[in-house]
Amino acid sequence: MASNHRQGGNGKGGDGNARQRPPEWADGLNQLYDSVVEEALPDTFRDLLDRLDAMPSKRGGGEGPSGSPESGR
Amino acid sequence: MSGAPPSGEERTASDKRDFKRELTDVVPHLRAFARGLCGRPDLADDLVQETLLKAWAAQDRFEPGTSMRAWTFVILRNAYLTDMRRNRFRGEYDEGVAERILTAPAGQEEPIHLSDLHRALLTLPAERREALLLVGAGGFSYEEAAAICGCAVGTIKSRVGRARAALTEMLANGSIPRRSTGDDVAHSAILDELDEVAAGNGVSTRG
Repeated sequence: MASNHRQGGNGKGGDGNARQRPPEWADGLNQLYDSVVEEALPDTFRDLLDRLDAMPSKRGGGEGPSGSPESGR
Repeated sequence: MSGAPPSGEERTASDKRDFKRELTDVVPHLRAFARGLCGRPDLADDLVQETLLKAWAAQDRFEPGTSMRAWTFVILRNAYLTDMRRNRFRGEYDEGVAERILTAPAGQEEPIHLSDLHRALLTLPAERREALLLVGAGGFSYEEAAAICGCAVGTIKSRVGRARAALTEMLANGSIPRRSTGDDVAHSAILDELDEVAAGNGVSTRG
C-alpha cells in the first residue's frame, strides 16, 4: 500500500486557499466517509474476491456471481 | 523498486496475493466513495462489487507500489458514470444512511445533520460531487484527484470550490431539497452534466 495518505484536517493541500477556511460542515464530510469505512464489512466482498481468486486463469471462465465479470468494454 | 516484476510477464503468485490483499484492504474506501456518489447503500455496494470484478480482470495493469485506492477509484468512478447513463441510480436517497447528528462545532447552535449534508451533496452535479468527495472526504490531494478524474488540477480546485460554496449555502439557508423531489432535481442536474462528463468534455466548461 503505497500512498494512502489522508490529509486529515487539511494538513497541506491549501495553496491559495489560505483565506478560505474549510466550512464548519467540512468535518461532517469526513465523518460521512469515515463512518462507512469503519462499518463492518459484509462477507460478500471477501467471498467475491475468494471466488475470483479460485478461478483458474486471470480471465476466468465467466463464472462470476451473475454473468460475466467484464461484459462491457 | 526492487521486486518489480518484469513487464509483460505473468504475475507471480506473490504478486497476485499482494494484489488481492490490497484490493481487500481498499474495499471499505470503495464503499465510502460509492455511497457518497450514489447515496443508497445497496446500490453503492453493487457498484463496489462491479468495481472489484473489473479491477480483478484488469489486475495485470495495476502497477505494484502505486496507490490501490486511487487505481480502484478510477474504476469505480467510470463504472458509476456508465451506470448513471443507464439510469441504474434512479433510486431514492436512503435516509437510513445517516440520521446521526453531527457533533456541533463550538459556537454553533444548530448541529448539522449528516443526512442533510449527504442529501445536499447528492444534489451537486456529478463532477463537483466527486471532486469534493475525493478531496474533502477521501483525503486525496488535488493532484491525485485530478489524476483520478482525468482532468487538470485547476479544474479540480475549481470544482471543489464551487461544491463547497454550494453546500455552504444550502446548509446555511436550510434550502436542502427534500428527499423525493430533491432526487429528481438532483438527478436531472446530474444527468445533464453527465453527458458532458462522459463525452470527455467534463474538463470544465464552466471554469
